[in-house]
Amino acid sequence: MELNPPLVTGGMTYADVTEKVAAITEQAPPKQWYVALGISMLLAGVLFASLGYLVTTGIGVWGNNSPVGWGWDITNFVWWIGIGHAGTLISAILFLFRQRWRTSINRAAEAMTLFAVACAGIYPLFHTGRPWRAAYWLFPMPNEALNMWQNFRSPLMWDVFAVSTYATVSALFWYVGLIPDLATLRDRAKTRIRQVIFGVMSFGWRGGARQWRHYELAYLLLAGLSTPLVLSVHSIVSFDFATSVIPGWHTTIFPPYFVAGAIFSGFAMVVTLMVTARYVYNLQNLITIKHLENMCKVMLATGMMVGFAYGTEFFIAWYSANPYERYAFVNRAFGPYWWAYWSMILCNVISPQFFWFKRFRTSIPVMFVLSIFINIGMWFERFVIIATSLHRDFLPSSWGYFSPTIIDISTFVGTMGLFMTLFLLFLRFLPAIAISEVKGVLHQQINEQKGVAH
Amino acid sequence: MSELIQINPQGVTGKKYWRSLDAMEQNPEFTRWVEREFQENASEMLESGSRRNLLKLMAASFGLAGATACRRPVEPILPHAKGVETLIHGKPVHYATAVTTGGAATGLIVQCHDGRPTKVEGNPRHPYSLGATNAHAQATVLGLYDPDRAKQVHKGTSRTTWDEFYGWAMKAFSPEQAGDGSGIRVLAERSSSPSLEAVRGEFAKKFPGAQWVEYDSVSFDNARAGAEMAFGQALEAHYQFDKADVVVALDADFLGLDAVSVLPVKQFSKKRRVDTPESGMNRLYAAEANFTLTGAMADHRVRVRASEVGALAMALAKELNVSGGELKVLGNPGGKSEKFVSAVAKDLLAQRGRSVVVAGPRQPAAVHALVALINQALGNTGETVVYTRPVVSNPSDSLARVKQLADDLKSGKVKTVVVLGGNPVYTLPADLGFGEALTKAESVVALTADENETWQAAGWRLPEAHVFEAWGDGRALNGLASVQQPLIAPLYEGKSALEVAAALARGERVSGHDVVKSYWTSQWGGEAAKRWQKALYDGFVEGTEFPVAPAAAQAPAVLAKVQEGLKAAADGWEVVFYASASAWDGRYANNAWMQEAPDPMTKLVWDNAALISPASATELGVQDGDYLTIKVNGREVKAPAMVQPGHADKSVSLSLGYGRTACGRVCKDVGHSVEPLRTVAGFQIAAGADVKKGSGSYQLVTTQEHHSMENRPIVLEAALAEYREHPDHFKHMVHSPPRVSMYQGFDYSQGYQWGMAIDLTSCIGCNACVVACQSENNIPVVGKDQVRRGREMHWIRMDRYYTGSEEDPQVVTQPMACQQCENAPCESVCPVAATVHSAEGLNDMAYNRCVGTRYCANNCPYKVRRFNFLEYHKGIEESTKMVFNPDVTVRMRGVMEKCNYCVQRIQEKKIEAKAQGRRTLADGEVKSACEQACPAEAIAFGNINDPESRVSKLKKQQRDYELLEELNTRPRTTYLAKLRNPNPELA
Repeated sequence: MELNPPLVTGGMTYADVTEKVAAITEQAPPKQWYVALGISMLLAGVLFASLGYLVTTGIGVWGNNSPVGWGWDITNFVWWIGIGHAGTLISAILFLFRQRWRTSINRAAEAMTLFAVACAGIYPLFHTGRPWRAAYWLFPMPNEALNMWQNFRSPLMWDVFAVSTYATVSALFWYVGLIPDLATLRDRAKTRIRQVIFGVMSFGWRGGARQWRHYELAYLLLAGLSTPLVLSVHSIVSFDFATSVIPGWHTTIFPPYFVAGAIFSGFAMVVTLMVTARYVYNLQNLITIKHLENMCKVMLATGMMVGFAYGTEFFIAWYSANPYERYAFVNRAFGPYWWAYWSMILCNVISPQFFWFKRFRTSIPVMFVLSIFINIGMWFERFVIIATSLHRDFLPSSWGYFSPTIIDISTFVGTMGLFMTLFLLFLRFLPAIAISEVKGVLHQQINEQKGVAH
Repeated sequence: MSELIQINPQGVTGKKYWRSLDAMEQNPEFTRWVEREFQENASEMLESGSRRNLLKLMAASFGLAGATACRRPVEPILPHAKGVETLIHGKPVHYATAVTTGGAATGLIVQCHDGRPTKVEGNPRHPYSLGATNAHAQATVLGLYDPDRAKQVHKGTSRTTWDEFYGWAMKAFSPEQAGDGSGIRVLAERSSSPSLEAVRGEFAKKFPGAQWVEYDSVSFDNARAGAEMAFGQALEAHYQFDKADVVVALDADFLGLDAVSVLPVKQFSKKRRVDTPESGMNRLYAAEANFTLTGAMADHRVRVRASEVGALAMALAKELNVSGGELKVLGNPGGKSEKFVSAVAKDLLAQRGRSVVVAGPRQPAAVHALVALINQALGNTGETVVYTRPVVSNPSDSLARVKQLADDLKSGKVKTVVVLGGNPVYTLPADLGFGEALTKAESVVALTADENETWQAAGWRLPEAHVFEAWGDGRALNGLASVQQPLIAPLYEGKSALEVAAALARGERVSGHDVVKSYWTSQWGGEAAKRWQKALYDGFVEGTEFPVAPAAAQAPAVLAKVQEGLKAAADGWEVVFYASASAWDGRYANNAWMQEAPDPMTKLVWDNAALISPASATELGVQDGDYLTIKVNGREVKAPAMVQPGHADKSVSLSLGYGRTACGRVCKDVGHSVEPLRTVAGFQIAAGADVKKGSGSYQLVTTQEHHSMENRPIVLEAALAEYREHPDHFKHMVHSPPRVSMYQGFDYSQGYQWGMAIDLTSCIGCNACVVACQSENNIPVVGKDQVRRGREMHWIRMDRYYTGSEEDPQVVTQPMACQQCENAPCESVCPVAATVHSAEGLNDMAYNRCVGTRYCANNCPYKVRRFNFLEYHKGIEESTKMVFNPDVTVRMRGVMEKCNYCVQRIQEKKIEAKAQGRRTLADGEVKSACEQACPAEAIAFGNINDPESRVSKLKKQQRDYELLEELNTRPRTTYLAKLRNPNPELA
């Protein structure tokens, strides 16, 4: 068994790498791409139709009620934000830790981050039912009429800053990483249009040593800037719940628990997407089984963390001797939403256990199925936290039940359509794999092989 | 133009006005300027018109003509040409009036904003209101603006006019055509109106052969018939609950639907007020089939079938040794009731002359007679129970009379029927077949409030004026008369029953005002004008109460009659008919506030159901919503079952007023009609029913789905004795960590600090506050489907919890509105500071800042915030818009709302005080809408900085507690723990 299997296989040369990645953007896409884009755009259309209906009619088209003021809206928001986490983690933290295996997946993961944040951003904006009022609460604008600022004590305000900073830094990071590859596309461009577009987009990149030096420093700085964001964004999102008084929400474990969950779900999404892209575009030599196996290991680790957090919550609920807290957790597992809780346990705690075995870690179908399970499980986690805690809190007279409406479902499915549309367009028009970085890995690999040969 | 500013026209004398020196000098240039049609810079078409120019101009004219259509229509704002006395725009005016329920009037004060009634309050001077109201009275104002009211006179289905009708009527009701009137029948609602009585007299004089029948679906005849049995004359019993230390209610919901006014609640709660642990408290026993508000307040309650209550009363009479002789005991009341009866008897004997035994209106006359004997034997008569002559005519036999009417119709004796108000086709006993019988009459005239079943059956269909639109009068139960003063001219073509009756009796059209005023002024002689003014101002006519009637029953003779009249309850199922807490007998069916007000006990909205006990449900194999087929007297209805804990077994409680076939848009397809089961014989309680599980089920929607407190300290409750022994009992029921803060609190020591205390010992859970709040604060109605989704908007949630076993639970109620927390969890989480604390301690809502994140509602531990999920005011009719309180914003969708202690009332009073040069408001000057309506005086609102205020005094009691105090929200609304006064013998 090889301890360090090569990250680029199939004896690819530098030219092969460029050709393989750049060709995707230059040639007509495969039929599947059109089919996938058609479906995705249709679903994105469903999203806009649903949102249009929501905006003209009111939040009542969803299933939200009293006491469940937040239902699928905030569940989906947290889920999408969580999905985004893998991108930043792979780009920033793994970069700082010199984990070179990240190179072939970081670009797509970062793009996924951006698109997931875009999908997530829809919910806080639209869950008020009157998004035109959002400008007023999202941005601290000096104003004469009210002569006041937003309430900076509100975790929702913190969310605005956390998420917008995250989106900005992620976009910058992603774009900076793209510049050398955009220049490659420009240089390969056969049409005038492509030359101009990629010429503008690559900011006059020439690939000189000086440029590389500045570039790498900038990339390093952005990685450093992004790293705390990986931890902060989901911590702050978790404050929405942790700072409240509601049993099941009012928990100090939330920040680390949310971050672990976010990375967990983010990696699951990366696996889902990369396995598909790898298959469709024949990228087996660039996205190797080693990459995928590593991601499975991350999922196993974060899955265990999440499982540990579930256990801790129950323990603390019992240990606190707080009857409301105890009831909230017993109700999660055995109340009317028991199915959501056990779905979550099954998907998040049980299913990653398969990754203890190398056979499963390296099996594409297994990891594909499990990654989808984990995505479902993480959605249920948020649903369990939000809806199940709200539906029965302190006074039994106020207890209720939440059921989603068709619009809840169409909005959620619609965001998936939007996400997939953006992702497919990204695959089609931008280099989905960081060419320059893979070449860096390949260079090292070739040198090592040479060393062995000599 | 030139005309407008013509200066110094020839021949005009007097002062000359000038606008400029030019004008004064009559400067020719100025004159030319004035006379010139177009001003200086306007271009004029100087050259003669060419075809080209003409076309250009025409095109421009067309274009500009079209452009004018883009303008808003001009709406002139016209001031009153002549000032209206007392009317200041934006300042409400209040008028005293009266509303009649079940033939008895209650005084009201109605608030008018710029000429439109907006809010109903009780009349503090009227002895049957004392300032309080019930939910139905509160909702009356919405009925005024009901867009589905009967609006125009119709002949058949075609529209016509009052002139047409009167033209016909004057002929038809002339002695030439109608003779002695033997072909005429009038069917009216129960009335205590002295003016109408006088008109009836005139009518009877004109048509000696005619018959005038009064009927109410929710009938109190049995009680008066019982008095007839006991005393030889039909008397009205008045129970003085404020003098009674022990009250025994036999199937009597005197705190709820079996009362025609709020007086019993006022009186009862007076005896239940516990100011110090040493205070006394009355004791209430209830025996009933359905679980009523009275049963919920009871210290001891036994569930017995309504048809067994007579046997229980007999057992009680025996225990009390009423006759001194032998009494036949009917059936076996069973172990539990036996113990109950003996304990009650002992308690009653210990409180002779200070107790009350009361039977409900559903019980047969014999039970009422027996109860009269019991009260007499206990020495209560004359002390806690007094009798007067009834305020209604033919007080005890309306059923026999409507039966006679139906028979006369069927036999063809009747030519003309005049229905004055009500909806007899729907409410009359079904076996009379009244709707069909009406077809036998030559002409049917119906004056109805809405286009109901009776309207549809009539030839002449007349719209009835709303009580707030018409002059009238009525007597309270004790005879005290009130003038019913209109607040607004009829919105449509409505006329009152009094006006129509007077026109038919006198053969000429008369105004209601003249009929009422002339009746009263003719009684008064010289001082008439002054007394009339005073009666209008006070809301009642002084000195019109009936004297107490001497009532002494010959016990042995009466007992013999009672024993003859009382039959042992049959085995098997019984069906009992109740007035609906929402629709009453159907008259509030189209009132959305009432439909949405949850039933006080079942919390059911927009429906009625067949209530059965848990054991009966198991026996039938049904769950909530499963259809039952109920067969009695060969008639059958289908109604959804609902399990009512504490209900008597083998008994079905049905509430009236639902499943209307001809009605407005609110009550369309709402509920199930049980009226087809009602017969003359089984009008109140029908025995020998056959109840089976039917096919299918139906969605019943309630506002509360969980009925147990889950052992949480939510409503704290203890026995009076326990409280006396340990006055700090409630302080130890919740253990909270020391409530310390890192921050220095706001200094609230100056000015007003608003707070509220709610005494759960007094609260009966009747919904008066809920509807009052809805009326005051423009709270939208959302409908059954939205309530099902958990989106009801009531700012006060009337929580009701069961304690104890499912078979014999006890009930506690707790009005739950915003607690105005000092450390409000909602305030810190709102990103836009739409909910903030005021310097007076209010948790204010700035509606126009709210963007609708709902975070505040999520973080509210009391879940009292309400969100406008949809545009609930959308599509509201123009007429219904008039009901809005102009002092309160109407909230759009996407806005959070909640109780704010009626901040508009606080501001209004503060402004008023300031205008009067006062610096402080007196205690009780500002009343929140809920406090004002509450008949039990359970809610106290005021300034807690004032140690002498009512609320401060209540908060000083040892029973005072903060709900969920361990969360350190420091609510400003606090609750006073519930006390009961159980009999140690039964404990």
